[in-house]
Amino acid sequence: MNNISSNMYDDTGRIWSLLDQITDPEIPVISIRELGILQDIRVEKNTLVVVITPTYSGCPAMREIRQDIAKLLADEGYQNVLVETQLAPAWTTDWITPEGAKKLHDYGIAPPQPRGEGKICCPLCGSNNTQLISEFGSTACKALYKCTSCLEPFDYFKCI
Amino acid sequence: MKNSNIALIDYVTGLGDDSLILGQRLSEWCSNGPFLEEDLALANVALDFLGRAQMFYDYAAELHNASSSAEPITADDIAYLRDAREYKNTLIHELPIGDFAYTMARQFLIDCFGFQLMTELCKSADKSLAGIAAKAIKECRYHLRRSNDWVLRLGDGTGESHERVQNAFDQLWGYTGELFEMTDSETELLTENISVDKAQLKDAWLKQVKDTLTEATLDLPSDEWAISGGRAGIHTEHLGQILAELQYLQRAYPGLNW
Repeated sequence: MNNISSNMYDDTGRIWSLLDQITDPEIPVISIRELGILQDIRVEKNTLVVVITPTYSGCPAMREIRQDIAKLLADEGYQNVLVETQLAPAWTTDWITPEGAKKLHDYGIAPPQPRGEGKICCPLCGSNNTQLISEFGSTACKALYKCTSCLEPFDYFKCI
Repeated sequence: MKNSNIALIDYVTGLGDDSLILGQRLSEWCSNGPFLEEDLALANVALDFLGRAQMFYDYAAELHNASSSAEPITADDIAYLRDAREYKNTLIHELPIGDFAYTMARQFLIDCFGFQLMTELCKSADKSLAGIAAKAIKECRYHLRRSNDWVLRLGDGTGESHERVQNAFDQLWGYTGELFEMTDSETELLTENISVDKAQLKDAWLKQVKDTLTEATLDLPSDEWAISGGRAGIHTEHLGQILAELQYLQRAYPGLNW
């Protein structure tokens, strides 16, 4: 740790809360920590290593998230930063935190439901009279549903 | 370079090529889908395959750079700077998209195979390959659910949809045998439990295909002819055309950055 002037790198708690400001570019209400994309923050040979994992293998937001992390940390004075992508263990919707799931719901996206456990409720009117329109919605992680009570279409965050 | 490394790079690159070429093909549907939801679905599936190609190529580049003192390469170099003969995808991935029935029939055959392959690859002794497979298998599951649904809908749909999807399976069938052929690299890597013994996948694949085709009131095509060569770099005329489009920018403006 000789080359690092202060112990700011050791305060990983501060870095976690800093990075909690970074949101998913497609769903700007939920942070990468709440989504389970931010996996680990550690200091290795004078370098701050931030480990992230993609939700879907083709997720185009990953590049932007990497840039957002590097920029935010650089603005905060962290010079030696490495953003590492980790594939295993594979991301699962189980890693979305309860507050993250609530934010998705309030934003109008039905949060993931474990398979077979209850119906997918309309995030707009709360009705459970909903039907699948398409397995794929506006992004790879979402499916498109329709509420048969209020007739509004909505996105459902797929359970994987 | 060690021999086992050459085999592993060859294997990983071939898996990446399958994904990239199919992803590129599927992306041709973007803005041409039969209706909006299906347009989005096809683009999303294409994206999953492109993402999978990126993971395989990143790993191939990493292996290459670790064992060579030459200039380091990147995943982009592998995708953009190889000629058709250096591409190792199996032929079924490069065939033109045809009509919607043809695209979904191919997708179903490949999704069935991909599901079996990735399930086994999750158990690979190579941790990186197992990691990529564990990521891909989750996507394979819903890809398969969707293409299976479409085969049922088209087969058991109207007279025209039935005829089109039956024709598609008849035309594609001769390309499916190649999916199960083992290259020398794969056979070599099998001794270290890195690759998958694809001969073992055939029965489960055939059963799944047969069950769906039967339910869709379609006939299982007969094994009248079979063609292969992709893994050896011997392609149909279509691959060169795909690469001409895919690689155009990097070939015209080498090193161009986003």
